[in-house]
Amino acid sequence: MGFTLSNQQQLLSKMATGNGHGENSPYFDGWKAYDSDPFHVTKNPNGVIQMGLAENEMCFDLIQEWVLNNPEASICTAAGVNEFKDIAIFQDYHGLPEFRNAVANFMGRVRGNRVTFDADRIVMSGGATGAHETIAFCLADPGDAFLVPVPYYPGFDRDLGWRTGVQLIPVACDSSNNFKVTRAALEAAYEKAQKANIRVKGLLITNPSNPLGTVLDRDTLRSLVTFINEKKIHLVCDEIYAATVFSQPSFISIAEIIEEDIECNRNLIHIVYSLSKDMGFPGFRVGIVYSYNDDVVNCARKMSSFGLVSTQTQHLIASMLSDNELVERFIAQSAKRLKARHMRFTMELAQVGTSCLKSNGGLFVWMDLRRLLKEQTFEAEMVLWHTIIHEVKLNVSPGSSFHCPEPGWFRVCFANMDDKTMEIALSRIRNFVAQYKEPIAPRKNNRYWQSNLRLSFQSRRMDDIMMSPCMMSPHSPIPQSPLVRAT
Amino acid sequence: MHMLSRNATFNSHGQDSSYFLGWQEYEKNPYHEVHNTNGIIQMGLAENQLCFDLLESWLAKNPDAAAFKKNGESIFAELALFQDYHGLPAFKKALVDFMAEIRGNKVTFDPNHLVLTAGATSANETLIFCLADPGEAVLIPTPYYPGFDRDLKWRTGVEIVPIHCTSSNGFQITEPALQEAYQEAEKRNLRVKGVLVTNPSNPLGTTMTRNELNLLLSFVEDKGIHLISDEIYSGTAFSSASFISVMEVLKDRKCDENSEVWQRVHVVYSLSKDLGLPGFRVGAIYSNDDMVVAAATKMSSFGLVSSQTQHLLSAMLSDKKLTKNYIAENQKRLKQRQKKLVSGLQKAGISCLKGNAGLFCWVDMSHLLRSNTFEAEMELWKKIVYEVRLNISPGSSCHCTEPGWFRVCFANLSEETLDLAMQRLKAFVGEYYNVPDVTGRSQSSQLSHSRRRSLTKWVFRLSFDDRSPIPGR
Repeated sequence: MGFTLSNQQQLLSKMATGNGHGENSPYFDGWKAYDSDPFHVTKNPNGVIQMGLAENEMCFDLIQEWVLNNPEASICTAAGVNEFKDIAIFQDYHGLPEFRNAVANFMGRVRGNRVTFDADRIVMSGGATGAHETIAFCLADPGDAFLVPVPYYPGFDRDLGWRTGVQLIPVACDSSNNFKVTRAALEAAYEKAQKANIRVKGLLITNPSNPLGTVLDRDTLRSLVTFINEKKIHLVCDEIYAATVFSQPSFISIAEIIEEDIECNRNLIHIVYSLSKDMGFPGFRVGIVYSYNDDVVNCARKMSSFGLVSTQTQHLIASMLSDNELVERFIAQSAKRLKARHMRFTMELAQVGTSCLKSNGGLFVWMDLRRLLKEQTFEAEMVLWHTIIHEVKLNVSPGSSFHCPEPGWFRVCFANMDDKTMEIALSRIRNFVAQYKEPIAPRKNNRYWQSNLRLSFQSRRMDDIMMSPCMMSPHSPIPQSPLVRAT
Repeated sequence: MHMLSRNATFNSHGQDSSYFLGWQEYEKNPYHEVHNTNGIIQMGLAENQLCFDLLESWLAKNPDAAAFKKNGESIFAELALFQDYHGLPAFKKALVDFMAEIRGNKVTFDPNHLVLTAGATSANETLIFCLADPGEAVLIPTPYYPGFDRDLKWRTGVEIVPIHCTSSNGFQITEPALQEAYQEAEKRNLRVKGVLVTNPSNPLGTTMTRNELNLLLSFVEDKGIHLISDEIYSGTAFSSASFISVMEVLKDRKCDENSEVWQRVHVVYSLSKDLGLPGFRVGAIYSNDDMVVAAATKMSSFGLVSSQTQHLLSAMLSDKKLTKNYIAENQKRLKQRQKKLVSGLQKAGISCLKGNAGLFCWVDMSHLLRSNTFEAEMELWKKIVYEVRLNISPGSSCHCTEPGWFRVCFANLSEETLDLAMQRLKAFVGEYYNVPDVTGRSQSSQLSHSRRRSLTKWVFRLSFDDRSPIPGR
């Protein structure tokens, strides 16, 4: 009576049975390594340290203190329960007005109050993930394309393309000019699309950049605006790392550029925002679509029905972000702590001859390990990466997963751990780099390529690991999606 | 306009339908028992406001759940960082237990087969993305929830083909209706991927019979297609015994993981109706098919449930005392309130479909129509909105094939407001139609656009010309 798998597959959509979700890439081996052997400072000091997760854990103490002192921000405490019913019932996709006002206020302050945001243009979404998908649904039809400068966040392929049928076309950037986006590269990518008969609907930029950690300078931003204006295509600016900029040059938002003396059809300008990085609240799913185009606001708002922010969370965030004292203190402290962490990290690495792209924002560094590659190929990058995961016991993200055109770059996150863990990570890197003065050669028996983690690798550390009990990460009681956290 | 997508420029979002226009009118002039006693009373909103006291008192006794604490320790950071699309295990466990409890524990659910989504809105859309390609179709019995036109069709590109149900048998699904719908789809060159039913039904306010469920299962078995059972109103059935979940019938038919049809049955759930928490955006997909669970889980990235909310509800739903008491009290109060609405309608000479669930009644006002047409239904609806000042939902917005039916909600307003609404309705009917009042005396009859009646409380304006007396129905 059984039916074949292919029968069952035919009964599901192409979307469900295909690979558009992007989670089958070998890139996730690092995650599997971490999940099966997660570092813990006392319980598993030899475990894999998670450095592939762009999370911001630097300022929870400030928030926790605030939450304790502001019980009315929660609708469940004695102080707030009188609002429980009204909040629980409220499902208007416009969102709580106080929520929108508070978010607009926060966004303005993060930009040093150089610009203000209109609360009526704040549209909710299921995190930035939902925001990107919504924007794609609003701006493009299946088969249309967005230009995206490389390297870029791997999740974009899923967020912008999976269910929408939209494709991403890379805009070439490389280390010769510190990965800056040039007009020439944009034109080349655009022309390539034209030749292939693909309709380009927009350009997607992330500023500050993931994975580079850099901000776009004024001239570049202006040239991007000029470009999209000439081509009559949209500009989507992912500014989710806006508050993670910790030193000069300061962050310039697209919101500031369009107020300058520059020719620009504002109907083409859209911002994606979220509280996941700046505040460290990925679990609360607070995504924002901010568009200067009224039709997009209206459409995105209707689509937000598919990913509204829980009103319980809206209420909490509204209280928090309208407390200007907290907001100012948070922004300042966050920048200060990120700066200290970044400086310690990059200085220590520099001392062992390892450089990172010069950056002043983000929750990570873009580490240059090209000199450790046996040959400048992506195969060699994979070999190096597997060594770092299994030998050095650090889960970092290889540049190829970000569509980087040059092998040898790695994104290494530093804001998701305490000082002690960071020091341990640094010492592991120091030891590793000192040990491998020669480039890493691929092993003949290629055992790295097996996803089975029980490598019979001749190293003391590996033996230790084999002996220690298998522990799941405290964040991961059951196998969790790497892609959810690969941000 | 070519700058935006087709999704953005056409109105396939469905929000121009009358269903939403009534809302807009209400927003402009909402009733308030103190500040605006002449305003429009909202009876078009299927909300459950009857049992908040139970939740509020639980909250008062359980401060930890609220204050980001577990066993006295702060877990704020842990929660704020938790974005695993598999969901908080404790929450999923509590939720499946709650779902089982609502079904009198006649069936159980495996938390590993549950996918959390941002409300049933997202659950339904996600399921369709998983089961159907653009251009394919699902069959849905009419009348159905107007939001399906958006949730199931808009961004998915999937079509809905109606299964016509009529008042002749209480709008139950029949075999000929199923076959006819399937053939209609074939005629239109649409490949049917599944049937989607809402049980208990919105807008009918009835639970599906065992017969109907068996019929459906046989049908989807025969055609080799999916069955989606939207059971978001399961906790609003006035008695647990009267609600039969499709999962129960599968069990009765001895269907298990070895049967083909087992993997093609999917359930959608939410806490918006049963618990009255629509703002919290808690929806779920339950599927026996691992591939569907896997795909839907990945798609849930676009609409996860806030970890803050998962934590709160995990604590709430794990409290078996609360859930037991809540389920029973909820059923009791809903039943009582429905009775009140039904009797109020009767006093106005209006009957409704005999209902045993839901937050609304399916009301028959066909005898008040000028003619047996949807134009007449619209005219009547507009009078009810603008003159009687009640926002109710016309059957046409629910794709009902027979004019004259309206969905009237009863659980989102106080008893006093419900009484007032019924008084207004009674007065309206008495003024306009040849309907005997409680003393048996007929009230005024003929309608003419030149005639105005002024009353102590109400001033009616005729909105159309030249009417003939209402034919008897």
